Amino acid sequence: MAPILELRGITKRFPGVLANDHIDLTLEQGEIHALLGENGAGKTTLMNILYGLYDPDEGEIFVRDKQINVKSPSDAISAGVGMVHQHFMLVPVFTVTDNVMLGDESTSIGGFLNRKSVANRIREISEQYHLAVDPNAYVRDLPVGIQQRVEIIKLLYREADILILDEPTAVLTPQEVDELFAIMRSLVDHGKSIIFITHKLREVLEFADRITVIRGGKVVGSTTPQEADQNTLAAMMVGRDVDLHIDKPPAKLEDVVIKVENMVVLDEIDHVAVKNISFEVRAGEILGVAGVQGNGQTELVKALTGLSHPVSGTVTLLGQDISGDSPREITELGSAHIPEDRQQDGLVLTATVANNLVLNTYYREPFAKRVIIQGEKVLENAADIINNFDIRTPSSLIPVGSLSGGNQQKVIVGREFSRPIKFLVASQPTRGLDVGSIEYIHTRLIEKRADGCAILLVSTELDEIMELSDRIAVMYRGEIIDVVDAKDVTKEQVGLLMAGVVSEKT
Amino acid sequence: MSDTEKGKPKKKDSGKIFLEEISKSPLTVTILAIVTGLLLGGLLVAVTSEDVYAAFSDSPWEAVKIGANAAWTTYQALFNGSVGNPSKIIDAFRGGDPETIRRAVNPFFESLVQSTPYIFAGLAVALGFRVGLFNIGAEGQIFIGATTTVIAAIFLKGLPAIIHVPISLLAGFVGGGLWGFIPGWLKATTGGHEVINTIMMNYIAFRLSEFLLRGPLKDPDGFIPVSADIQDSAKLFRFFDNPIRFHIGFFIALLFAYLVYLLLFKTTWGFTLRTVGANPRAAKYAGMSIVKSTVLAMLLSGGLAGLAGANEVLGVNHNLAVAFSSGYGFDAIALALIGKSHPLGVVLAAILFGFLRNGAIQMQLTAGIPIDIISVLQAAILAFIAAPAIIRTLYRLKEPDMDIDAVTLRGWGGN
Repeated sequence: MAPILELRGITKRFPGVLANDHIDLTLEQGEIHALLGENGAGKTTLMNILYGLYDPDEGEIFVRDKQINVKSPSDAISAGVGMVHQHFMLVPVFTVTDNVMLGDESTSIGGFLNRKSVANRIREISEQYHLAVDPNAYVRDLPVGIQQRVEIIKLLYREADILILDEPTAVLTPQEVDELFAIMRSLVDHGKSIIFITHKLREVLEFADRITVIRGGKVVGSTTPQEADQNTLAAMMVGRDVDLHIDKPPAKLEDVVIKVENMVVLDEIDHVAVKNISFEVRAGEILGVAGVQGNGQTELVKALTGLSHPVSGTVTLLGQDISGDSPREITELGSAHIPEDRQQDGLVLTATVANNLVLNTYYREPFAKRVIIQGEKVLENAADIINNFDIRTPSSLIPVGSLSGGNQQKVIVGREFSRPIKFLVASQPTRGLDVGSIEYIHTRLIEKRADGCAILLVSTELDEIMELSDRIAVMYRGEIIDVVDAKDVTKEQVGLLMAGVVSEKT
Repeated sequence: MSDTEKGKPKKKDSGKIFLEEISKSPLTVTILAIVTGLLLGGLLVAVTSEDVYAAFSDSPWEAVKIGANAAWTTYQALFNGSVGNPSKIIDAFRGGDPETIRRAVNPFFESLVQSTPYIFAGLAVALGFRVGLFNIGAEGQIFIGATTTVIAAIFLKGLPAIIHVPISLLAGFVGGGLWGFIPGWLKATTGGHEVINTIMMNYIAFRLSEFLLRGPLKDPDGFIPVSADIQDSAKLFRFFDNPIRFHIGFFIALLFAYLVYLLLFKTTWGFTLRTVGANPRAAKYAGMSIVKSTVLAMLLSGGLAGLAGANEVLGVNHNLAVAFSSGYGFDAIALALIGKSHPLGVVLAAILFGFLRNGAIQMQLTAGIPIDIISVLQAAILAFIAAPAIIRTLYRLKEPDMDIDAVTLRGWGGN
């Protein structure tokens, strides 16, 4: 059978960059085809060309053996190609129905919107593919996973046969990821074909039928999950052998650095988000906090770093009660924080790399004498950290927002690790990063542990928790329901705890 | 787009690189916006001229000529009014009569006199922008600053100028600063939006100064609501005899621009303020106090605007009248934007506005062009700067790389 979609020799140049270099790609009817590559490899550019958002400099696109000319997304849609972007294109204050018909409104005589028929069609689609989406719900009330399904419904409503999903799992919890892949499977069972863009190896191996790896704008190879494993894929993506396994020496446990007792924390709308939890972290160990997103981890981290204050209980850092202290006071005690949302909390995107590297030390010697900033010292500091932490930037004077995600995170890690620290809170330190950067940051975390730093690692990536932690605290609905030794548990056991299932014997 | 990161730049000849840099520079857009605004102004003069329409019936060509002529006369009047009439200046210097010379060169100095309050007020608004605050209240802060200044300048007696002038300026700074502090404090403690509160504070300021001028501050010998003249010891030094009013306030304004520059870019306070302005969440993460920054920024912003009022009282009017400031505080918002909220940019934009305003008065006298055309012109320049895409499209300029100094205005809904 002829492929449903074929890209031949797609080339796209941006000023100074060859984003796509003669890329060939075929998609068979009814397959899930993973497009794998690091950030900046050219995956999204390629899909944007297919979807009509960019004009290719060279190359041809065929759908069912017929050459098509996509000048805009509407051309793509009429050729049966639809795309779900990484950042959803939904109007939060509209209902699902309104969002689905937006841009393709169905009207009755007189120009009135025909909501009922659209809603019925949505129900049909929802049932056919087990999407469980209520057409009358407001999008703002829906969890991210369901919003994504609304995006998929938009495509199905427009009768797309070829679905492109750009990094669909980046925003999802592990359960939502599993549900998404079940949906994708049911879509291809009904004859749809899917391209999904990702840089996560595990997903590709578990769910794809075929894998195409892109690096530096070129196709470096095509394979199947049966032929490949994580290491070969990572090597293809990065262009060198990658060590995904972390060798960590046994923990050298020392004194307790932070001790939390009976802490209760409220969230922004004053609901109890952290319920009466207690734990301690010793120098030289990593305590992993596992849990599905939204089980109180964010509020726990805020309370430990001074961004909010617990309503009861105590937090003792190096013998001092810090439960009422400001972020600056806690930082000055020797605490560091890699925030969950690096672009919102950790960096000032419009400010220079150099200034971001002194974001929480600018007011102290040697960067300031009294109130005067010592520009030279700031630049020297930047040069050192850029060098030591291998931050890829043309200069320390460009805005940090123009760096790639991995390098932005290195700026934060470099800044926090260049101070003498005794306690580190790392919240989702590798979320959204490519394989090379993840490897790098993991290595640095293990180094800090060896230096005698107490580390609290909060992550929703179970693999990360399992690899790095010495002990694992599992959070569920605001409580730590168990603390286990990482050596003694399997991934499945922790996964069950994350779902709130406490085994009988404990 | 994460997939379009820059690679190695290819080799290009230097000329091409230079042109590309120019076309990317935000300054180019600003200059082209000003030029385009001026051209648009000329066009407006031409199409609103009655002579043009009268001539149209004879021949369209004639009408175009008359239109071009009218525009040219306008530019000439604008130039003569703001810089001076070159032939008059040459003649005056040949004649050698000091008063004639002063009259001939007065337009240039008068433009600088007009620029001075613009510099102060522009700095005030720009400082707010840097911290993510919209200080729409500069006009009210000018009035309060002028009022407190005039009180200090009239009722403190027997002081030498070297003390009286700084005290009077300080009074203006404190008055304006208080007027900025209130909305800043309201924002920091209650979340009340500074845009609304500064606007409301404007009205209170206008009526308060008017009330004082009709009552306690009214010149006892006069009939109209004007204060008595200030003490001679409080007057700002003038460099020349009449009619040139150019005074030392201009240089004080430049000094303050430099101080604001130092504050923003060379001190830890400025680092804090700019971080709070660019990303309050990151500022909080880094241990900065948003409450303190907000209050401090509004206090300083109000103080600077207050100095604009003090400057007018001590340097130009020597008294306080109702409605003595005709919108310096509102124009300041525009010029802070044109100046990209950078002290140097603000100074340049303030000088531009000073020359335009002063030239416009002459333009009205000699060419009979309504002064409002200058407002239209300023608005056009501003629109072009606020919407750089228009200018880029018009002149086929490239998108700039991410602007380091880009001020992220959060504005409405920001908190």
